[in-house]
Formats: sequence, structure tokens, C-alpha cells
Amino acid sequence: MIRRIHITGVVQGVGFRPFVYNLASRLNLTGFCMNDSDGVVIEVEGDSIDSFLSELKDCAPPLSRIEGLTVEELPGSIGAKGFSIRESDDAAGSFTLVSPDIATCDDCLGELLDPADRRHLYPFINCTSCGPRYSIVTGIPYDRPKTTMAGFRMCPECEAEYNDPRDRRFHAQPNACPRCGPGVWLSEGGTTEPSSDETDFGAIQRAQTLLREGAVVAVKGIGGFHLACDATNEEAVRRLRAGKRGSVRSRLAFSDKPFALMSPDLETIGAYAEASGPEREALLDRARPIVLLKKRLSGPIASAVAPMNKHYGVMLPYTPVHHLLFHTGGFTALVMTSGNLADEPIVTSNSEAVKRLSGIADFFLLHDRGIHMRVDDSILRVDSGKRRLLRRARGFTPGVIPLGEEGPDVLAFGPYLKNTFCITRGAYAIPGPHIGDLDDIGTEEFFCETLGNLKSTFRAEPVAVAHDLHPGYPSTRLALEYAKRHAIPDERVYAVQHHHAHVAGCMAEHGLHGSVIGVAFDGAGLGTDNTIWGGEFLVADRSGFERAAHLSHMPMPGGDMAALEPWRMALGCIWRAYGDAASEVIERFFARVDEKKRTLVGKMLRSRVNTPLTSSAGRLFDAVSSILGLKDANGYEGEAAMALEYTAAAAAERIEPYPYALVAEHGITRIETGTVIKGVVAEMARGMDRSRISARFHQTMADIIVTVSSGLSERTGIKDVVLTGGVFQNTLLVWMVTEGLRREGLKAWQNEQVPANDGGVALGQAVVARELMKGSTDNKARGERA
Amino acid sequence: MTAVNEKRILLGHGSGGTLMRSLIEELFLEEFKNPLLEPLGDQAVLNPIDGRIAFTTDSYVVDPLFFPGGDIGKLAVCGTVNDLAVGGALPLYLSAGFIIEEGLPVEALKRVVRSMAECARSAGVKVVTGDTKVVERGKGDKLFINTAGVGVLDDSVSLSPASIEPGNVVIISGTVGDHGIAIMTHREGIEMEVPVKSDCAPLHLLVKGMLAVAHGGVRAMRDATRGGVATVLNEFAGASGTAIVMDEGLVPVREEVRGACEILGFDPLYIANEGKLVAVVSKDAADEVLKAMRANPLGVDAAVVGEVAKGPAGKLLLKTSIGNTRILDMLAGEQLPRIC
Repeated sequence: MIRRIHITGVVQGVGFRPFVYNLASRLNLTGFCMNDSDGVVIEVEGDSIDSFLSELKDCAPPLSRIEGLTVEELPGSIGAKGFSIRESDDAAGSFTLVSPDIATCDDCLGELLDPADRRHLYPFINCTSCGPRYSIVTGIPYDRPKTTMAGFRMCPECEAEYNDPRDRRFHAQPNACPRCGPGVWLSEGGTTEPSSDETDFGAIQRAQTLLREGAVVAVKGIGGFHLACDATNEEAVRRLRAGKRGSVRSRLAFSDKPFALMSPDLETIGAYAEASGPEREALLDRARPIVLLKKRLSGPIASAVAPMNKHYGVMLPYTPVHHLLFHTGGFTALVMTSGNLADEPIVTSNSEAVKRLSGIADFFLLHDRGIHMRVDDSILRVDSGKRRLLRRARGFTPGVIPLGEEGPDVLAFGPYLKNTFCITRGAYAIPGPHIGDLDDIGTEEFFCETLGNLKSTFRAEPVAVAHDLHPGYPSTRLALEYAKRHAIPDERVYAVQHHHAHVAGCMAEHGLHGSVIGVAFDGAGLGTDNTIWGGEFLVADRSGFERAAHLSHMPMPGGDMAALEPWRMALGCIWRAYGDAASEVIERFFARVDEKKRTLVGKMLRSRVNTPLTSSAGRLFDAVSSILGLKDANGYEGEAAMALEYTAAAAAERIEPYPYALVAEHGITRIETGTVIKGVVAEMARGMDRSRISARFHQTMADIIVTVSSGLSERTGIKDVVLTGGVFQNTLLVWMVTEGLRREGLKAWQNEQVPANDGGVALGQAVVARELMKGSTDNKARGERA
Repeated sequence: MTAVNEKRILLGHGSGGTLMRSLIEELFLEEFKNPLLEPLGDQAVLNPIDGRIAFTTDSYVVDPLFFPGGDIGKLAVCGTVNDLAVGGALPLYLSAGFIIEEGLPVEALKRVVRSMAECARSAGVKVVTGDTKVVERGKGDKLFINTAGVGVLDDSVSLSPASIEPGNVVIISGTVGDHGIAIMTHREGIEMEVPVKSDCAPLHLLVKGMLAVAHGGVRAMRDATRGGVATVLNEFAGASGTAIVMDEGLVPVREEVRGACEILGFDPLYIANEGKLVAVVSKDAADEVLKAMRANPLGVDAAVVGEVAKGPAGKLLLKTSIGNTRILDMLAGEQLPRIC
């Protein structure tokens, strides 16, 4: 009897077939295995089939993930002797899961530093357990000809490893050695050709010297370039910061956005940042994300790395080039910030790097292994022991989120800022990598090339399109253009409300069905009433929602300018809270703002010219941050709110919240926050410590969330509360809220596999669209329920 | 009792009776005076026109009626004259329809009509027919004016956005955003240090000068009114299937307009103008056209602001001062905040 076993999941490019080969050989089974377009197929016969099947599941290689396993019994006999690995079989219409890029494994690292090894100090060492994957794949099935390694012909030794199922490099597609593989060299810019004198480790050593002397070096990595400098060299860091420039949107020449750091090991990191157990584990994760770590009070890191911030974003080396930069380099930390100019996508090719980054980088550490898919570093933080993604990209993309049920291929175009898209295919959602803010044509191109790539990798043919309700988002335009180009009918184009998408995405991550209380607190999203929402309580399921409660509306004088300049929000909130008495308060606390500007904004508030209303929680945090004199301008997103969070004193006892009122109106509860503003202002006037005011404000927001959620729970019987949106990246608030909900017997759910910020919106859009497609073919009714 | 002695417009001024008659004779006829209007017939009978005829209409509902640099009357003439002019036509005749809200001070109407007449005279067009209606208080907003215009088009003139090609250059006739910001700041009582004046002006002579030296090199022109320069160029890019690449640093913007936009949170590229045109010109004609424009008082600040590229088709791109390239979309409606 032959058993035909079909396995789906992450089973290609992760050493799965050699594992099967070795297992079958050991158990004396005959037959073969091979990759096909949606996984691995095995045909075996022999006595120990049962042990084979159980070990298959239990001992699978570390990078693999089995999503499905079916066993069929076929008549007859294989007739072969022994067990073999056959060529890939590519069947149309099916797909398999590609592995993300994986950090250099310990085995390879050992060889890299072993003088006796033939890959000693070779910057492209890898095996089936590590190395580039997603970023070099040009097509499926995953085989060397369909990677950017296609142009490198393996030498006999590499080829022998590649063909030997017992070898760690069996079918390691990027397999290479100094004789046959890619090389690295240092360029002073101007040319991208390798120079003969400074190649390989010599080039890296030269880069070390330059970095030590204070140079900025552009370093080609896995998913793009980094701009590197010695993080302990204040002048070098300042030069890099000046070179990166600000963003068009913030209208600031440069921002204080923190730079990421890379250090050789955990011990060295300990010199300047605190890392808890779970944070150390996160740093060591195969994805090697940037992990936010608390700064130590004094340390060797230049102050320009993360000014005014309580955290450093830190990562460990994840490519052999990185390891070699630190090997004998003696650096405590290197700044490793994305190689791009403000608002542009990360640079990937040598020529692009020299062209775009010449104004910033003094030297270029280049190599000739192509980057097919650009992918930024991922960022996460550990909050109460749990990992929270802030940016999902390298090491995670193109990982999938199981949706638990089959469904149509849907393409969601995501939001405007921190954009990602999301494809669904079969029973999976495939969130695209972090694309960035859709302000630049290059970022749109990045969006389109990545979308094209993931679509073909997963062989997705979307039959429906989802986009944000906001007609002015570039992603909405891209969605409508796509639908038109692909003849997707109007009834298959879904405009999904921003906060509903936030909630639905979190539901999908946790497999929640039915209704939840969705608390979506963020900066801005267009509501169904054409005002800007952002402090929302939705009673929601995957297909629709009822806006049950929201923060009271505050005026935004100057529209988006009020998001960039929190002092405007502060004036707006004060104006609304105090009415005629506002000018006095404004004069007292905002003397620092140019009088003319202050007067004009006052007039805008009265005349309501370009002064839309918003129920945004993010803007409320901004306003309070500015009233406290912490931050009047957001140089990067969330800067003012973060300053407010960092200011809050650790409160030993429970603080009484500021007064607020719940006002029922047309079946919707409005949470009146004018009194909160008044409370903040009054305590400022009394000279109360800002750390205390900030803590009390946080407690107030937490109290609102807990009180309103439990009220809604009583009304609806729902016990699941989804906390989502960028505001829930505030760890202090999250801690207060989850404690409160726990006391009330409610279950809090938060994003884990996608960010709580707008990076998680696309997943939710896709999920809502899939749910609505289930309903009927002609019913477009969706979104808000009366 | 004559109509113009009343202090305010009454419903009777639109009733067809003697009040109305005296309004027409003592105000409209007096100000617009010309032989074609004088018969006060139900229609104006025009003399034969030699050439292709351009015909357009537009309605004016601006609030406030009077603003720095102009008023609704001047706007009603300039707007329609410019619609003719940017098609390459020489404006000849206008009609004028007035919808007046009961209670409008007669003095205000007089000022508007005088301003219209003056502007028409300076633009060389005649107001040859008209209409007056008075609506009940609250059914209108002080005064609305509709004008239609007839102009004549030289045979050699052929302007069409579809003829725009990669390599053409984009010229703006002067500073952008003046009109919209003047209206907004004046209406809302937002006083700027240097008050912004509307650029409201008839552009037909400017256009005439351009066409005279362009030798067919002008591909398309439009006055950048509602939606501003960005909207016009988006339409050009869409109609021609090209990309228009504009350089932020080259776009003329008055310092006071820039300042007002900064405070108000607007982008001057989307703000209305009433005396500015955008032209797409072939590369060889650009220098001559620009020279001719700068020789006209209404074009002294004219500047090349960008050029036409092959793709991405249908898109307007802006090279920003910090060196990246943004896509400038058409506004989907009012500008709603997007930043989270």
C-alpha cells in the first residue's frame, strides 16, 4: 500500500525535504518526496508508516510550519529502491508559503568565524536554516533559478552540498562560497563596480575603520540599505540626522525620529539599555526585529540618536555582513537607520544607493546579490511580557495569518500612513510588508511592485477590493484604479470604515467571531458622518458595526495642520471647553506661541474656516501634551503623545480621574471631555507637577474606556473587548485599561501579529470584505448599522 | 419715485412693473450703455461675426460681494471673459443675469453694476442683454450673477489638452492662490499683516500676446479657478495621458499667501485664482511665450513651473523642496484631514 501525503504550510526553503528524506531513510521506507506548488508531496511505502507520520508532525524543521496534512492510500507499489527527492512539480492554481528572511544561524556563524572553514569570513554564508528568502525570491516554486542567486553558478563543492540530502545546505537556494558566490566591496560613491583592492573582509575592515573615524557608510543588507555610523560619535550621528532631512508632511527641516541601533550581542546592549527576559528573547528571534528597549540613564550612545525619547530601538546582527562589521570592529553600537531620504522607500540597488544616498553617505559597502523585494526592518516592543509589533516587515513578511476558513481572494489597499496592503488567499491572510506613508511616488511604486510580487508568489487573483472610506487617501485611489484595471465590478469594491477595519483585523488575528466591543483609539479616520473619528466605541462584528460611543468632538483649526501642530489642538480644546473665557486661558498658557498665529487660529475657531471636527483620542493626547508645554509640534507621528506618556509619573496609588460626562444622544453616547481639559488647565494653573497631571490624564482615559466598555457589556452581554488603534501603543494606558477591564470581568484583546497602529488596517479591510461577500451577491449594505 | 432712490431692493424690483423698468433704465442701461443693448428687446441682435464662435456661461455666487481686489461684478465679467480667452477666443459680447435677494442695498447693486461696466469696457466686451429677478429674503444670498459670453476664434487657433505631449513645458502666468485667500481671509475676518488682494483680471490681452508669438506652440490653456493650478494640471494630465511634473520651487506664491495658507492649513496649489492661467507650450515656443507674457502687466510673474513627461500617465507630480516627488491628486471633495 502506498501512502500519498500532502503537506501545506511553510515547508519550502526550510529544509523540509531533507528532513523527510532522512526520516524516511532511517525508518527504511521507500518512495520519494518533492515540492509542488502548494507544499510538499510524499509517497511512501513500508512498515513504519505510523512512526513516520507522527515524527513528520512532531520533529519538523524549526523554520517550517505545517498548516495542513492529508494522507491518501493509493493501490499498487512504488517499486523504487530507497527514498529519493524528486524535482519540483508546479501545478497551476496552487500556491505555497514562502519563508521570511532569517537571521544567520549559529552553525553558519560558527563556520564564519572558523579559520579552518572554507567560508571563513565569507559575508554570504547561509544554509537551509538561515539566510535570505522572501527578499531574493523572484517566482515560485522556490528554487535557485527563481531567486536573485540565479546568476551565480555553484562551484563543485557548493553543488555537492546542495545535492546531498544529508547536508545542511541541501537545496539551500542561496548557497554560496567565496569561489562562486556574491562578493562585497567598498565604494566611495560614483561607481558601483567592485574594486579589486577592497573586497570581501578587507572591504568590511576598511568600513570599520571609516566608521570609527566618524564616516557615514551605506551598507547593503537583506531587504535594502542601511545608513550606518558609530552610534557613540555625536558628530557623526548629527551629520547623519541632518542628511536624512525631515518630511514634507511635517514641514520640518529634520525630525528627532529615533535612529535604530545595532549591537554585536546582548551583553553590549546592556551597557546602554535595559532588556528584560522577554525582550532578550525578542532580540534573539530569528526575525531579528528592532526591539524598543528602555534607555539607561547614562550610557555611551550619542544623544542625537533618540533625543527626548525614553527608548532605543535596538537589533542584533542578522546577516554575515553585520556580524563581520562587529567582528574585530569594536563597536558598542552602530546606528543602522533605513537607507532612504525622508518619505522615500528604502533603497535596494547599488546604483540607486549611490544616486540617492550620496548626499548622506560618505562610503558604500556594496554587494552583488540582488534584492528583489525591498523590506524594512521590523519593529516591536514587549509590553507586559507580550510582543507587540509596531512595524511588520523583514522576518515576518510573507508570513500568513490563518483565517480558519476558505474564502475568495481579496485585496485590501490599507490606509494612507504606515501603509500596508493585505491579500487573502484560501484560508490565509497575507499582510504585505510595511510600505510607509503614501506621500511619495517612489513609495507608491514600492507598493505596486510588492503587491505584484506577493500576488504572483501566492498566485492570488483578487475578485474583490477593499479600501478606506476616506476618498482622499492615495490608497483609495490605487484601489479604485486597480478595480477598474482588473474589471472588478462596483459591488465587489468595499469602502471600509477605518476604525471598523482596526477592530475587524484584531478579531481575525484572534479568530473572534460574533460581536465584540471594539475600542478604536487613534489619530484619525474618516467616519460615516463625514467627521474625523478616532475615539470610538463600536459594537462590531466582522461585517458591520454600531457606533455606540465616542469622545466629544474637538475642533481642528487648519485640518491636518492641527495634527502636525498640537498647540492648535490645544487651542481648539480650550476654546471648546471654555467658550468666551478661552482667550484668557490661551493667553496665560500659550504666550510662547507667536501672538499673530495665536490670534489667527482663534479667529479660525470662531469662523470655523478649515476647522473640521474630530472625536480623535490621539488629538486629545496631543492637546494635553501641548497644554503641559511638552510638545507643540509633531516632528514624527505620535511624538507629542509619547512625550506625554513618558512624563507620567509612576503612580503608586490609584489616581482619581478628571471629571467627564457621558451624554446619550440619538442612541449614541458622547463622552464629554471638555471637563478633562478644564481639569488639566486648572491643575497647570495651580502649578501641579506635570508628571502628576499626565498620570491623571492617562487614568482618566483608561477610566473612560473601562467605564464605557462595561456599560456596553451590560447592555449587550458582550464580554470581549478589542483594544486597537495607535493610541494603544501607549503602554501606560494599556496597562491601566487592561487592569480595569480585568476587574470588570471583561476580556481584553489586542493586536499581536499585525501592528495596533494603521499598519493593521489592511488586514481588517480584507476581513470585512470577505465577510460581506459571504452575505449575498447583490447586497452592498455594509458598514454602519442604524 | 424711481427705483434707484429706494434704499433696498424690493420684491417689486423684479415684478416686471415700473420699479423694475426704472432699475433697468436708470442703472443697467446707464452703466452698460451700448447700441446693441439700447433697444432693450427680448434678445440682442448681433452683427455677423467673421470666424468660429466661442460661447460660454458661468454663474457667480461669491460671498462677500466686495473683497480686496474686486467684487462680484468684476468677477462675473473677468470669469466669463477668461473662459473665452483661454480657448484662444477674442471676447465680444456678454449677457448678464441678476438674481437679487430682497433687501439688498441698492447702493451695493449700483457698485456692482458700475464695476461690471468698467471691467467690460476695459476688456473691450459689450453687455448686450440681461435679466433681473428678485427672490424673497432668505431664498438667495444677497446677489447672484450669471454671465454668458460670445467670442470669436481665429482659424489658426487650435488648443486642446489632448494635444499635450511629453517634452512640453508648463507655464503659470503669475502668483497662485491670491483670489481664494483674499476671499477667505476677508470673509472670515482673518486679517493678515499684508492683506491679500484678489487677482481678478481679464486675461484676453495676455492670451493674445502669447498666441501672437507662439506660432501654434501653445497646446492648451486654462484659467486656474476653482481647485487651483493642481486641478487644471490634473485634468491636462488625464486628457493627454501624460504625466505633468511640477517643481514646487518654481511655482510663484506671494509670501503673504504662503503665510495665510500655512496658518489656514491650505495648499496654495489647490486655491482658486481669477486672473491666472496655466499654459502648456511646446519647448521651442516657451521662451518667446514667456517673454510675451512678462511684457503684459498681468504676466510679470509668469514662470515655467514644470514639464510634461511620458508617465505615469494621467498623474500630476510635484518635486518638493526637500527632493522627493509627490503625487498631487484631484481633490475628492472638501479637504478632509488625513493625518493620523
